[in-house]
Amino acid sequence: MLAFIIRRLAQSVLVMLFVALIAFVIFRYVGDPITSMVGVETRLEDQEIMRDRLGLNDPVVVQFARFIGNALQGEFGISYRLQQPVTELILSRLPATLELAVASALIALVFGVVLGVFTALRPKSFLTAGIMAASLVGVSLPTFLIGIGLIYVFAVELGWLPSFGRGEVVDLGWWRTGLLTESGLKSLILPAITLSLFQLTLIMRLVRAEMLEVLRTEYIRFARARGLSQRAINFGHALKNTMVPVITITGLQLGSVIAFAIVTETVFQWPGVGSLFITSVQVVDVPVMAAYLMFIALVFVLINLIVDILYYVVDPRLRVDGGAGN
Amino acid sequence: MSMTETTPPPPATPPAPPRPEGPLRRFLDSDIFYSWKRSPVTILATVTALTLILIAVLAPWIAPYDPFNPASLNLMDGFTPPASQGPFSDNWFLMGADNQGRDVLSTIMYGSRVSLFVGFMATLFAMTMGVGLGLTAGYNGGMIDAIIMRIADIQLSFPAILIALLIFGVARGLIPANQQESMAIWVLILAIGLSNWAQFARTVRGATMVEREKDYVSAARIMGVHPVLILLRHILPNVLGPVLVIGTIGLALAIIEEATLSFLGVGVPPTQPSLGTLIRIGQQYLFSGEWWILFFPAVTLILLALSVNLLGDWLRDALNPKLR
Repeated sequence: MLAFIIRRLAQSVLVMLFVALIAFVIFRYVGDPITSMVGVETRLEDQEIMRDRLGLNDPVVVQFARFIGNALQGEFGISYRLQQPVTELILSRLPATLELAVASALIALVFGVVLGVFTALRPKSFLTAGIMAASLVGVSLPTFLIGIGLIYVFAVELGWLPSFGRGEVVDLGWWRTGLLTESGLKSLILPAITLSLFQLTLIMRLVRAEMLEVLRTEYIRFARARGLSQRAINFGHALKNTMVPVITITGLQLGSVIAFAIVTETVFQWPGVGSLFITSVQVVDVPVMAAYLMFIALVFVLINLIVDILYYVVDPRLRVDGGAGN
Repeated sequence: MSMTETTPPPPATPPAPPRPEGPLRRFLDSDIFYSWKRSPVTILATVTALTLILIAVLAPWIAPYDPFNPASLNLMDGFTPPASQGPFSDNWFLMGADNQGRDVLSTIMYGSRVSLFVGFMATLFAMTMGVGLGLTAGYNGGMIDAIIMRIADIQLSFPAILIALLIFGVARGLIPANQQESMAIWVLILAIGLSNWAQFARTVRGATMVEREKDYVSAARIMGVHPVLILLRHILPNVLGPVLVIGTIGLALAIIEEATLSFLGVGVPPTQPSLGTLIRIGQQYLFSGEWWILFFPAVTLILLALSVNLLGDWLRDALNPKLR
């Protein structure tokens, strides 16, 4: 067990170092940090002094080590555009993105499982064919068009829900939440649905495939022979066994949801990390780009690590390496 | 099971007349064509995709107006609804006019041209790079294989759109400001291509590792054929099936990715609008009721992405012998 965790940890650190190298190259070599900070009017000698003082003339390896040291302390420099520490900027916008991502992951999980079970249990139903066709169309639709479509129907034509922003927010210390006000919750609905649709189809197809497979196994046939009710067989026995991969995929997809939030946040003008990243790409705000890359990589690596370790704990079949185990 | 059933031999029929030979005949007799013929959805998707591609290619000759020629448009015609005459000119707008008085139908024709060009070039780029690296990794194994596949793994765990955005941002920072507009389309192709190569590499590597062990490869090696020639002349043709499938689906993905980037405002320059740019423009007029500026480009994009996607889906099933 310990050896497995240590090996996975080492892999994660390696991936982070690789991403850090890319982030460092972007940070250091895209645009000139000095001109970005002081502009081109400063005298060349002054620029040279500044370059020296900031350590930009040191060997690249030293600079990279310093970059990692700073990153470990959560230090990513100052945004060229907003003149604020990048870490502060990201942290202040993180709650908005996380609330959106978690809400849409929940929507995707609940509806994905329900629809997946339905389509697996009624494979010949007319509704199943409709759902499967809709899911294929859904995968081909760009996220931003789904968002615009929802805005058109529910905000413009029906006027039920707001089309942009987060509504009223409440400060809970450093966490600014929109979940406690009515307008905040209403504002969350459309972006969360938009963001969830892709994951929803993915989970639905997975649940359907797993269910179809499980329903063909011996123990389900045996449960039928014992005269158990359909409900007990379908939900107590079959569905339970499909849940491990489903929860894994949902967990692993959380990272993609956060990254995909870039598009959804732009459509709905949601003040999260994604829209911060988009503006920084548009104006080449390099420190924000580098920090966002590191941040997303950290989220991905952490989620992967947690899921792997959970898997190891839950599923004994995976403990192949030690032989005798602990 | 059907092995045990013995069907009585058919009554003596005259031998079938020899079929005419030729590449076309061979194609029409192939399993692929048979499965295409049998699927009405696929036929519809093929017709739609080909029509849209044809329209895009022929845009300069068949578009009713040149939307980028200031002489042919009248700003006062802005927001003319669909199927009506511009109030200040002789222009007739089937799909209405946008905010600048441009014919929406014509901008769509030219826009699909940009979208398809970027999509095709980016997919070609990703394909070349992915197939090259996949062949190298699969054939050589060892250290090279480990490095290439680790990078592919890392990249595959991030969404393509994120990687494309990063590459775009980096390129923006490296290219001098006065060249940015003319380079934008190539930067976009590079960004989308680089964000999609890993899929090709992974598939080709797997297939190459299988082919490498086969006798024809050993034979070629013993004959002293240069490894590069073995890869290109002998192994490559045998791994192309899956590449074609990924390429088709990749084209749909690339078109969507381009539209998304342009929609986010980091894609093609406004002087060369793609479908994504047109949607971005149209979105601004959604609230004021000029729906056609958004609606028609959006429908075109959906039709294009969906039909190419359906083709890819069909191709995957048709080329997979397990499903036959």
